[in-house]
Amino acid sequence: MLKTVRSVSIADYAKSGVLILPLLSSRKRKAEERRGKTVRKKGQERLLQGNEAIVEGALRAGCRFFAGYPITPATEISELLSVRLPKVDGTFIQMEDEIASLGAVIGASLAGVKSMTATSGPGFSLMQENLGFACIAEVPCVVVNVMRGGPSTGLPTSPSQSDVMQARWGTHGDHPMIVLCPSTIRECYDLTIKAFNLSEKYRNPVILLVDEVIAHMREKIILDGDKPIDIFTRVKPTVPPEWYIPYEDTPTGIPAMADFGEGYRYHVTGLTHDTRGFPTSRPDEVDAFIRRLFRKISQNFTDMQMGEVFQTEDAEVAVIAYGCVARSAKRAVIDARERGIRAGLLKLNTIWPFMRTQVEKILHTSGCVIVPEMNMGQISREVKRVNKGTAKVFTINKVDGTIITPQEILGKIREVC
Amino acid sequence: MSYRYDIRLSGSGGQGLILMGIILAEAIGLHDGKYVAQTQSYGPEARGGSSKAEVVVSDEEIDYPKALKLDLLVAMNQKSCDDYYMDLKPEGILIVDSTFVKQVPIQGAYQIPFTRMARERFERGMVANIIALGAISKLTPIVSPKAIEAAVLARVPRGTESLNRDALKMGMRAGQKAKKLAASSVVSLIENEDT
Amino acid sequence: MAEVTKLIHKYLRHDKRFPHVWCPGCGIGIMLGALIRAIDRTGFGKDEIVMISGIGCTGRLPVYVDFNTLHTTHGRALTFATGVKLAKPKLKVIVIMGDGDAVAIGGNHFVHAARRNIDVTAVILNNSVYGMTGGQFSPTTPYGMRTTTTMYSNVEQAFKISELAITAGAAFVARGTVYHAKVLDGLFEKAFLKRGFSVVEVISHCHTQYGRLNRMGTAVEMMEWQREHAVTVEKAAQMTGEELRDKFRIGVLVDRELPVFENEYEKIRAIAKGMPTK
Repeated sequence: MLKTVRSVSIADYAKSGVLILPLLSSRKRKAEERRGKTVRKKGQERLLQGNEAIVEGALRAGCRFFAGYPITPATEISELLSVRLPKVDGTFIQMEDEIASLGAVIGASLAGVKSMTATSGPGFSLMQENLGFACIAEVPCVVVNVMRGGPSTGLPTSPSQSDVMQARWGTHGDHPMIVLCPSTIRECYDLTIKAFNLSEKYRNPVILLVDEVIAHMREKIILDGDKPIDIFTRVKPTVPPEWYIPYEDTPTGIPAMADFGEGYRYHVTGLTHDTRGFPTSRPDEVDAFIRRLFRKISQNFTDMQMGEVFQTEDAEVAVIAYGCVARSAKRAVIDARERGIRAGLLKLNTIWPFMRTQVEKILHTSGCVIVPEMNMGQISREVKRVNKGTAKVFTINKVDGTIITPQEILGKIREVC
Repeated sequence: MSYRYDIRLSGSGGQGLILMGIILAEAIGLHDGKYVAQTQSYGPEARGGSSKAEVVVSDEEIDYPKALKLDLLVAMNQKSCDDYYMDLKPEGILIVDSTFVKQVPIQGAYQIPFTRMARERFERGMVANIIALGAISKLTPIVSPKAIEAAVLARVPRGTESLNRDALKMGMRAGQKAKKLAASSVVSLIENEDT
Repeated sequence: MAEVTKLIHKYLRHDKRFPHVWCPGCGIGIMLGALIRAIDRTGFGKDEIVMISGIGCTGRLPVYVDFNTLHTTHGRALTFATGVKLAKPKLKVIVIMGDGDAVAIGGNHFVHAARRNIDVTAVILNNSVYGMTGGQFSPTTPYGMRTTTTMYSNVEQAFKISELAITAGAAFVARGTVYHAKVLDGLFEKAFLKRGFSVVEVISHCHTQYGRLNRMGTAVEMMEWQREHAVTVEKAAQMTGEELRDKFRIGVLVDRELPVFENEYEKIRAIAKGMPTK
């Protein structure tokens, strides 16, 4: 599992039982530097934009194919990869639209190359068709969606968080989905690597849901260079071709994946298929197939659910936030504490599968939960769904194309206390 | 106690504000070693329209990445000056490009004709942002002249280093002069670098 | 006959539950036969071939053949093919589409794949109708014909697929019919060996839907129509426009050398590697 420098996964937190305060991490890091643990060398640090950090993460994860279509505010990813990929024997192609982009990405992935595309709302809508194909055919791929205000062309240059539900349910039919959301430049890098790892491991598309603030913001980052990090690549079949069952139901629910052209001549289809990959409408086979798709994700929630808690252990009011809004929320929590209000924060880095256990815990400890979002209430719907009356859930919904400020969250904290 | 220093660079699209923001953030973050978060907002126009870049500086990781109350506002046109001077802290610094900002809303603003200097001295208005960076390094405590020079030279296209270095130095001299004038409580209006 | 059995044994999937989905008398089976004979003659290995299809009657073709096979979304087969080919250029990528698949929902991908001149063979079975969904009109349904969505009469003009491919920049374009099955073998063979975007338009029939609605008779009668209306390129050169008015040309329509995308991109890689990374 990928360990980020700053993020403490909820799983770790739950295991240790110790509350980790990420705010202290910068101080802790400085103390470590003094002790000579992580001496920062001059020149290693770079000032990177979110979109640039995503490119660095993708290349580090082994991405060697990118197909995309220009769209604000995700274009920098295409531009940079068009320069970087050919240097490493990779391929960049600008397709005729976003439907074609994801089609090419899936094709390249079937041929054995880690692949990615990047877009924004209007393009993400077009990609839903082939996103479903990647789900049903279990083809690893990463889709970056730098959200803009919508619907339709909406607000091309302004930030928004309104694609949370589309990321989960945008393509038709029952399907699981993994959606990650960074709120720092470091996380843009780490979560892109994580997105590739999860995609390869679970044979499911992974969506990196980014808002415009994070995509265009610049912060310092030290890339890990040649340092060994966890990179996961799809498990290939070890049996001879004649024994290979491409959609075999294994205990993990994840079948081994053969690349095209390696001797395993199998069939890949968007039709519901049997374990051999051939179309079927036999109820017993269909049911087992759909349930396996869900099972391979649901039995591994702890591997894909990441977040950060900040001063929640004694919080009388807790904020649940993600993306750029989590940064405003942190400031608001600090300001509230200075005013004597016991506030806390749960930051979600994994949007889907929804971090139900962690949210339930927060709902239980804090009687009062605020969910600020740059949409009309998408994650707050989920929070309310799992609430079961144990806490009061308040929302802040900002849809004017500007970021929610710390003052707005602080105002709500003071109002509800 | 940690501190937070909020900077906004504002003007119109094409004045190089976003590059200016990046260079400033690199100087402060990479060369002076502080934490920085640089953001921007822009419209659909590549030229014209409003544009602003913001840099937040701190000695610890930055949470809210956009500028709150401003410690420094650089206004490269009248509209941005009018729109944003209210966001300045009482002790905040206002630097305007007096080529375009004719009405300064507050006392004690530094008025330097960056664009006119760029046009007259270098025959290209483009370097006004670099001149402004030079002035910032002298007028504020937030970035050192050494850091800004290193950051400028690392970012500008190859072959334009000496031009940009000259522009930067010119800005530093103008900044120095503006500071002196302000100290002697004379209206800090710099007509020309050579005056 | 022994030769046919050998080919069937070699190229059809033994573990796939036959019979196939196509109607008795359908042209797709004839086209599949020609495809297999051509592949066998060109000498490509089964592991080297990726056969990709979209949606519709033709979309079901790859499932029966023993290659790397990919049954994609409607109209998008060429986009998947682009990804497969660029990720692994050593593979021979053959795309099977129908007329609705290729030039209605996938029309944009078709013209751009031709413009890009990617090294992929596109085989388009043109039966002038959407067969699988029950006989609705397609972009190649001729003016005045009846379909289940033009029960009064089709008022739209038909696309000429081969001519569209030529204009869009394909390196190789040929047209055949399922009646002229042996000719089709040769056209496929040439297309498979061509570097660049090659297109083979296969004129076929849908007696179940289109033929029935337009009283065109049985599959055999519809194939006779093909024989009567097809004119070889060589013969057409001798004929006047008036004589060719209700005819269509078969044979190799275009065979030209154009820059191939993969070769061009290889040059970009070389340039990129010579540039320092900032």
